[in-house]
Amino acid sequence: MKRVLTPEIIEEKRREIYNTLVDPTSSHEQKVTYLARHAENFMTVLDEPEELDELMRCDIDTRCICNLFEGDAPYRPRYICIDFPKFLREGSEFLQLGPAKDFDEALTNLMIMYHNIPSITNYPVFIGDLDELLGPYIENLDDETVKKALRLWLTMIDRTILDSFCHSDIGPKASRFGYLLMEVESELENAVPNLTMRVSKDTPDDFILAGIKCALHSAKPSFANDEMFRGELGDDYCIASCYNGLLKGGGSYTLSRLILSNIAKRAENIEDFKTNVLPHVCDVMARYMDERIRFLVEESGWFQNSFLAREGFVQRDKFTAMFGLVGLAECVNLLLEKEGGTERFGHSDRANQLGVEIMDIIDDFNKNHFNPYCEATDHHFLLHAQVGIESDHDCSPGTRIPIGEEPDELVDHLKCINLFHKYFPSGTGDIFPVDLTVHKNPQYVLDIIRGSLGMDIRYLSFYASDSDVIRVTGYLVKRSEMEKLDAGQNVRQNTTGLGLGAAKNCKILDRRIR
Amino acid sequence: MAKATVNKIISFSCVDGPGNRSAVFLQGCGFDCRYCHNPETIHACIHCGECVKYCKPGALTLVEETVRQTDEQGVCCGDAGVVCFGGGVMPEVSDGLPGLRSADRGTGRKRVHYDITKCVFCDECFRHCPHGASARTRELTAEQVMQEVRRNLPFIRGITVSGGECTLWRDFLLELLSLAKAEGLGTLLDSNGSYEFSKDSKLMSVTDGVMLDVKAWSREDHLRVTGRDNACVLRNLEWLAHAGKLAEVRTVVVPELFDCRQTVREVSALLAELGCLDARYKIIRYRPMGVREQYKDLTPPTEDLLQELTDIAAGYGLRDVVIV
Ligand code: SF4
Ligand code: SF4
Repeated sequence: MKRVLTPEIIEEKRREIYNTLVDPTSSHEQKVTYLARHAENFMTVLDEPEELDELMRCDIDTRCICNLFEGDAPYRPRYICIDFPKFLREGSEFLQLGPAKDFDEALTNLMIMYHNIPSITNYPVFIGDLDELLGPYIENLDDETVKKALRLWLTMIDRTILDSFCHSDIGPKASRFGYLLMEVESELENAVPNLTMRVSKDTPDDFILAGIKCALHSAKPSFANDEMFRGELGDDYCIASCYNGLLKGGGSYTLSRLILSNIAKRAENIEDFKTNVLPHVCDVMARYMDERIRFLVEESGWFQNSFLAREGFVQRDKFTAMFGLVGLAECVNLLLEKEGGTERFGHSDRANQLGVEIMDIIDDFNKNHFNPYCEATDHHFLLHAQVGIESDHDCSPGTRIPIGEEPDELVDHLKCINLFHKYFPSGTGDIFPVDLTVHKNPQYVLDIIRGSLGMDIRYLSFYASDSDVIRVTGYLVKRSEMEKLDAGQNVRQNTTGLGLGAAKNCKILDRRIR
Repeated sequence: MAKATVNKIISFSCVDGPGNRSAVFLQGCGFDCRYCHNPETIHACIHCGECVKYCKPGALTLVEETVRQTDEQGVCCGDAGVVCFGGGVMPEVSDGLPGLRSADRGTGRKRVHYDITKCVFCDECFRHCPHGASARTRELTAEQVMQEVRRNLPFIRGITVSGGECTLWRDFLLELLSLAKAEGLGTLLDSNGSYEFSKDSKLMSVTDGVMLDVKAWSREDHLRVTGRDNACVLRNLEWLAHAGKLAEVRTVVVPELFDCRQTVREVSALLAELGCLDARYKIIRYRPMGVREQYKDLTPPTEDLLQELTDIAAGYGLRDVVIV
């Protein structure tokens, strides 16, 4: 069913456009992005499931499906993770660049490429496995030369890629480049780019410790369970955007999310939720995603015309899509309440068990849903524990335990997340602010990471409780920038606004310190 | 199996030795340091019942005594409700508290029972205890403690037993550390040095290292700080360093209480002489937090002094000196 734009809807859209035009807290670039989205939303090209409006375009407290502002006429994939080694090796005809022959050329070519990779935010969400990409170019350079160049290059990224969903990866092997990168990152304390260290059994302690020390300064890197991701996605996976496992040379067409907390409101009881309400919403969302993908692949022309696809930096059949969800904790709590239970998610076996049962239903649904264009992941979507957006109320990211309700003991917290991380190859993660004393004992964090690797824990982030750079839900922002924005000044990065919303609505500054 | 009075078990600790460790705090200490940050761990509870009324959630209740005390034996200084520190045989009483005599009990042969499942850890009980004790303790065997510690595998690299003064519970300690070793865990003791480690090879065979407090170098200073002599502490410092069992030395810096410079200098000199340059020396900033009212007016050291002390230690070649 194609949407009909009534005069009321059009009037409403014009009002939104006006508000964007005059918004004192948006920078020029931000306004341009929002205006493009408004234009896209005048289109009615998607043949949407009939039941969608009632589940998605409804009051925020009853909304069950959310398309995360993706716009109504998808004309580029949401997340694009290009094959950077090929680019450095061969150059690009479209960009009129040859192979990169030395470190300077590699840095410059990459920067040029970054500004030509679209995404939902118009900024690249993956900028490469930096150690593997750049390591070979620094063999004959001394540390100071490399660090000086990196300092400038990273600062340029931070000041021109105005969005913290931009992600770089290192590891699982230790490397000289990795060490130097982390040294510079801890000095700079920039929010962009985000950084993940893939960690495996073979990653040396010392490299992980360098990562931890860097994280205590700049809230990055986060630590990814390499063996887990590799087992699910193969060797060619990368971590993009917040913490999303995707294929290099591919990416994700789209991401929609189930708002489980609101879906629970529509159920009579647990049984009704499991057998009727949840499967129905999953079905509508999956069909909606199918249609978005169809339009993008078959009609938009992106895969036919973009130089990224034409020159082979991405391949259509390495793309998949992300089936997201938020609010499992609130969903479980509400369902139990409906049956007179007082157990809380994260604190009782019964509540956690219900959470697992719900995840099994969603997982089964996805395994039985077939999309013709997700060859890369056996024709299924990948589940994604979405990190939430600033307007979320009473709805925790993915399967996280609500802030303020974290178990007293970190070990209980870890055991709870151990139940849920395994469902999400395209990303989930938990965040722990750690006490200052850990600066003197980074091995404390090392032991927790090592312990997690042996379990089903996928992705962990740590930051020092007094740090200026803090992790909001997946992305990074600076406390100092949030304060500026709160005082009504406009700031560089889009994500600062998201962070401020999250600080106010989602209590991110109140996380339990470990 | 030997039991100990367990004040608390912290599942993950980043401040009780390297890496992530479970820390077990035992009740009772023979020293009486003025700046003690956990004064409620010094004495054994005499079950007077005073604190029960401050426990809003009902975790503490006064119940009838069921087991009678058996015969008393060995050395007992007679300090009412004070744990024996003399290194002599500790008389066992019904609830396993060493050095506690039946006569020291409150009236009516009642005892305070603690239910950890109801406790909200508000600390009201020991804040109101007139005897420097805590009823918020449990009598546990080494195996019971280990059961709680096992939950924390695989996230921890070891356990640290602290106090109070953990060596007051030597037999329990031996069992607990042996059990920890069997799990592949590292074992550290946190001690005030009042126990002759050199004479207990059995205990030392399951102890990876001791984190030793050197509260003051000179005997007079030590007496002023702790109320006790420090000959044994200094013997331990030397012996542990020599035996490769010195995991860490700590000195809490309270300038008006003792000669901090002398202490840091002499400790560092001794470590250097013994070639023990990699042992961590923790220079601890005195903070009034948790300290008893009557001692609260002690002044915390300045940053400059802490830095000066660090420089002194580093000057002797110590490689791992930290201020906390
Ligand atoms: S803890 Fe203190 S107040 Fe409470 S019963 Fe024991 S001695 Fe009395
Ligand atoms: S700390 Fe526990 S035992 Fe003590 S008063 Fe509070 S609730 Fe009661």
